[in-house]
Amino acid sequence: MRSRSKYALLCLMVLMLFAGACRKEVVAPPPATPPPAPPAPARPTVTLQASQTFIQRGDGVTLSWSSTNATELTLAPEVGRVSPEGSTRVTPADSMTYTITAAGPGGTADMSVRITVAAPPPPPPPPAPKATIEELFRTNVLDAFFDYDKFDIRPDGRDALARTAEFLRAHPQIRVVIEGHCDERGSTEYNLGLGERRAQTVRQFLISLGVSADRMDTVSLGKERPFCTQSSEDCWQQNRRGHFVMAR
Amino acid sequence: MALRTASRRLQSYLLLASLLFLLASPAAAQDWFRTGTGLGVEKPRVAVAESAPRSPSSQPLAQIFTDVLRADLEYAGTIEVVSKSMNPLQSPSVPAELKHAEWNAPPAAAHLLAFGNLSASGNDLVIEAWLSDVRNAQAQPVLGKRYRGEVTDAQIRRFAHQFADEIVSRLSGGMPGVAGTQIAFVSTRTGTKEIWAMDYDGSNQRPLTSLRTISLTPRWSPDGTRIAFTCYGPAGGVTSAQICLYSMETAKPMAFMRYKGTNSSPAWSPDGSKLMFMSSMHGDPELFMIDVTGGNLRRITYSAGVDTSPAWNPKTGQQIAFVSDRGGLPNLYLMNADGSSVEKLELPDMGYVIDPAWAPNGQLLAFSWRRPNGNYDLYVMDTATRQIVELTRDAGRNERPSWAPDGRHIVFESTRTGTRQIWTMLADGTQARQLTFEGHNESPNWSPH
Repeated sequence: MRSRSKYALLCLMVLMLFAGACRKEVVAPPPATPPPAPPAPARPTVTLQASQTFIQRGDGVTLSWSSTNATELTLAPEVGRVSPEGSTRVTPADSMTYTITAAGPGGTADMSVRITVAAPPPPPPPPAPKATIEELFRTNVLDAFFDYDKFDIRPDGRDALARTAEFLRAHPQIRVVIEGHCDERGSTEYNLGLGERRAQTVRQFLISLGVSADRMDTVSLGKERPFCTQSSEDCWQQNRRGHFVMAR
Repeated sequence: MALRTASRRLQSYLLLASLLFLLASPAAAQDWFRTGTGLGVEKPRVAVAESAPRSPSSQPLAQIFTDVLRADLEYAGTIEVVSKSMNPLQSPSVPAELKHAEWNAPPAAAHLLAFGNLSASGNDLVIEAWLSDVRNAQAQPVLGKRYRGEVTDAQIRRFAHQFADEIVSRLSGGMPGVAGTQIAFVSTRTGTKEIWAMDYDGSNQRPLTSLRTISLTPRWSPDGTRIAFTCYGPAGGVTSAQICLYSMETAKPMAFMRYKGTNSSPAWSPDGSKLMFMSSMHGDPELFMIDVTGGNLRRITYSAGVDTSPAWNPKTGQQIAFVSDRGGLPNLYLMNADGSSVEKLELPDMGYVIDPAWAPNGQLLAFSWRRPNGNYDLYVMDTATRQIVELTRDAGRNERPSWAPDGRHIVFESTRTGTRQIWTMLADGTQARQLTFEGHNESPNWSPH
């Protein structure tokens, strides 16, 4: 046992020595001093200017440039090869960055100009069907359901409220009343309190998802306005909820 | 399971027996017991003679008087009323016609006899009524009353109630009867929950409010002139539960303070100057106290969770029983009226405990308790000894007890017939009587005298 581990240690040391020697061989020698260079050709220079950098869509803009020591100038996009000095008119549909590149024996140089194109005023919206906002509210604002005698948000409630919050954030003009409801099994008086807590929990959850607090009021209806009136768990579940009502 | 139920039942009966024994022992004698169900005391045996019509046409009116008086005495809880079939054939109309021996002898074997006459001419009603001790032919009548008023059924009922209360008071050492009292309640009969009132025996049912929203939890002021209740009305642009007042004197709702959020379950202080109620105006539903004039709002409870259903000890005015879910399920707690010294009322089993209601003596507390896997049943706790007695069992949901001012009767709501209705019973759980039959009725509250 002991002799075997000694042997292993020895092998390892030999290996390390060898590995170290290998690395040394790979190290490059210091670079040789370069030979004296011939006189370098001058570097090209280029300038690009725009008559305007902010235009409305459909308007044109004049790009002008000049260069030195360049044998080849390219204005991109769209324009392509140009003379060493000149100008051209472009009409970009969207905001665009124009870049001119000058190349010569001495290397390359470039310069860019950003043209911002403002969108024209949006066309009048197509006439929307009248009930749209109510319909959207109905399909996108989802109630949160609760367990018996509980007021904490369940996983399915988180999903529902995430969707509700998305809709409310996208429609900041809508105000909502959150109604807390309870099933018939509890007492009338206690359920008024429990319903209030459910409504407040829903409100807090939406606040945490970025819906502004001053757009949401809470009321409790206890067990006074059930959605379903049978004495079954299905029905009771329907009645334990935080329900949204649009209040504009 | 069956064994456990049986043993629990046995336990309840033992508790009942021990509490009855406790209440019957002189050391612990409270007015509830002494003048109450009459346990251990022989009840006076009273016969009710047919009230004599002075003219044949007033026979139906005389019958109303007799029937109402008899029902009142039967339900008083302190009197044994002689079965009608044991009455002698001849009823006296005036004391001179009374044959004492006939009523005192078996089968009537009465100690006392209520009798009298009724005359109605035009719109003038006159009722004469007496109570005589038939064991003593020489004695003057114990009571003699003459009532005069309009010829209406309602007026005759009122006079019968008054005479019954005179008899009950005379036979129970001055403790007034409750035949003239009212019960406020909530009914759906008009399509929405409104506040209604009725006589203590279920007659004369009538709506008080017509707010067409949701009205809940009526509570009589200690002087009987107002009813505080939970209504729904606008506050800050949103319609939510609010505290409302109704004046019995003007028969109109009265203005009261409104607050954001849910405001409910108002309870009167015994001096009628303050209300305690649940409010979520600061977020969490807590108890608040306010002067009835609308000033001096104070927050009373500070706990995460719902605090509601306050009940003000009518005797001390210093103690509040209320419902809180601070420990999980709603349970009963006691505290001082300023919010100090909060204490949980521990019960021998888990469950959902609600609806605390103090007896007029300020010692017994009635409440509704849903034990695990059970239904809602009514119980009474002696808050001094913490002993409890079960008042209802295996008869639907039983909730919202409220004591009559005599401390001998309790009104409550029950679903035992399949629909939610108002019932009364004696405070020992016997003699349950259904008072409402139409629609859905709940949340009864017994008026003061």
